[in-house]
Amino acid sequence: MNRFPNHRILPYALVMPSIAVIAIFLIIPFGQAVYLSFHRVSPFGALRNVGWRNYVEMFASAEYLFSFRNTMIFSALVIGVGLTIALCIALLTTQKIRGAAFYQIAFIWTYAMSPIIAGVMWSLIFDPAIGIMARLIGSATGYSINYFTDPVAAFLLVTAASVWIMLGYNICFFVAGLQNVPHELKEAAWIDGATTWQTFWVVTFPMLSPTTAFLVFVNTVYAFFQSFGMIDVVTQGGPNRSTEFLIYKIYRDGFGRMQEGQAAAQSVFLFVLIAIVGAVQIYTSTKKSVYDR
Amino acid sequence: MNRKTLNTVLTHAILIITLIGVAFPMYYAFVMATHTHQDAYAFPPILRPGNQLWNNMKTAWDRVNMGTLLKNSAIIAVVVSVGKIAFSIMAAFAFTHFKFRGSWFLFPLCMVTQMMPLPVRVIPLYRMMASWNWLNTYRALTIPYFASTTGIILFRQFYLTVPQELADAARVDGATPMQYLWNILLPLSWTNVAALLVIEFVYMWNEYLWPNIATTDSGMRVAQIGLRMLYTSERGAAEWNIIMAGLLIIMLPPLLLLIVFRRQFAQGIAMQTTK
Repeated sequence: MNRFPNHRILPYALVMPSIAVIAIFLIIPFGQAVYLSFHRVSPFGALRNVGWRNYVEMFASAEYLFSFRNTMIFSALVIGVGLTIALCIALLTTQKIRGAAFYQIAFIWTYAMSPIIAGVMWSLIFDPAIGIMARLIGSATGYSINYFTDPVAAFLLVTAASVWIMLGYNICFFVAGLQNVPHELKEAAWIDGATTWQTFWVVTFPMLSPTTAFLVFVNTVYAFFQSFGMIDVVTQGGPNRSTEFLIYKIYRDGFGRMQEGQAAAQSVFLFVLIAIVGAVQIYTSTKKSVYDR
Repeated sequence: MNRKTLNTVLTHAILIITLIGVAFPMYYAFVMATHTHQDAYAFPPILRPGNQLWNNMKTAWDRVNMGTLLKNSAIIAVVVSVGKIAFSIMAAFAFTHFKFRGSWFLFPLCMVTQMMPLPVRVIPLYRMMASWNWLNTYRALTIPYFASTTGIILFRQFYLTVPQELADAARVDGATPMQYLWNILLPLSWTNVAALLVIEFVYMWNEYLWPNIATTDSGMRVAQIGLRMLYTSERGAAEWNIIMAGLLIIMLPPLLLLIVFRRQFAQGIAMQTTK
């Protein structure tokens, strides 16, 4: 590792810029968020220590628990549905078929879309007046969906747009992960008489677990944080708060209602949630897989 | 037709149908952008492009002052990408080529960046920026973003694969570490630089929460906010043709960059998945 042993100061100078940014703009504000979470802010900016009250009230608030529940359902759908579709497509494009390389590249572009762009595109598809989806569902079931007034329709809209936007990235990662699975292992399974289906579950899927864990983390980050733009522009958390996810609630309470202490407590709890997912991901990617010796 | 051919045909069929399905929202948005307001609301819906694209784009451009928005987004996306690439190359070089005290602690510290996305610390950060008078400046929209976990991982993975002999040879020839980094390592790193450029440019161009909070001055607004302004101006009978024309303009820069560097991007992703 030490390729330049005579330089003592240089490595510190090299990591300094990154460390400085992390310290000033990440660690300190995060520390302040923790501090703020134990306080209430008066309209004139004065801080009053309230102990754990922000947290206690947060977990006792029906509004917060509703937002928490919806965020969890939303994240589970984005991860579950999104990763399943992406893995299926990635499996198909890594078969020995013509144009495999073309297909692997052809799905990538949704990665360049912003959550707001995806939200606007899909709100046209769901538009109650002219949207294709609204018309299809309307003519098939006679039920007219309107995401301005129907909580389920709004929830479906943001979920569909989110699955769609993450698809390019997810496929790209699964393709890379699948290409790392040693072919000999699959062959060994086939020789032992395993079916394609068994080979997938016994060999490919376990070998893919670091990739899957990483994607679960990235998609959680998307669902928890990046979806904000889509919500703010398309649904504003509504109707009936059905799309008021945790991050949107932090923004509303912190900036709209000026309840900075309460919003800070929510931020800290959101950090704990993402840290748990991150820790699981790091654990999965560093522990030895069944096939390592 | 034997079983193998059937499988192949089926695979192609599924992939092509999925591809069309995934491309449809984009195509529909494009078609909308090419029609007049009246045709956009026609029944049955018109799914062939019309000839109003240019007019609609001009209308959208003037309505939200698109020139300023695109300029601001371009500045912050380029500055943040360059800053992140430079900072991560330096840090990754230090972590892979030197043994130094505290690196066991500093490396994980760099990894926490991805655990503390901006939204988690948005309220204190806003207060900090307000007290420094950084609101409505490019500084507030760029400098807090300069540390990159992805970047450090990406370059570290690559530098670990570079043979030790290369550094030894450079040292024997009397090259300083910085000369080695600049003349030998950097030219080998272009794939990673391109991959990270795509990742960070796309990220920054599409960033919304922080620019929305940190700027109030219309001269400092970014493209994503412009799309919101187009979209929310008329909710009743939305002018979908104008909205979508604006959306196409705003979407184009990151999309083009991704298309140009798609191979480097895919290789960069492949590198993140190998241990």
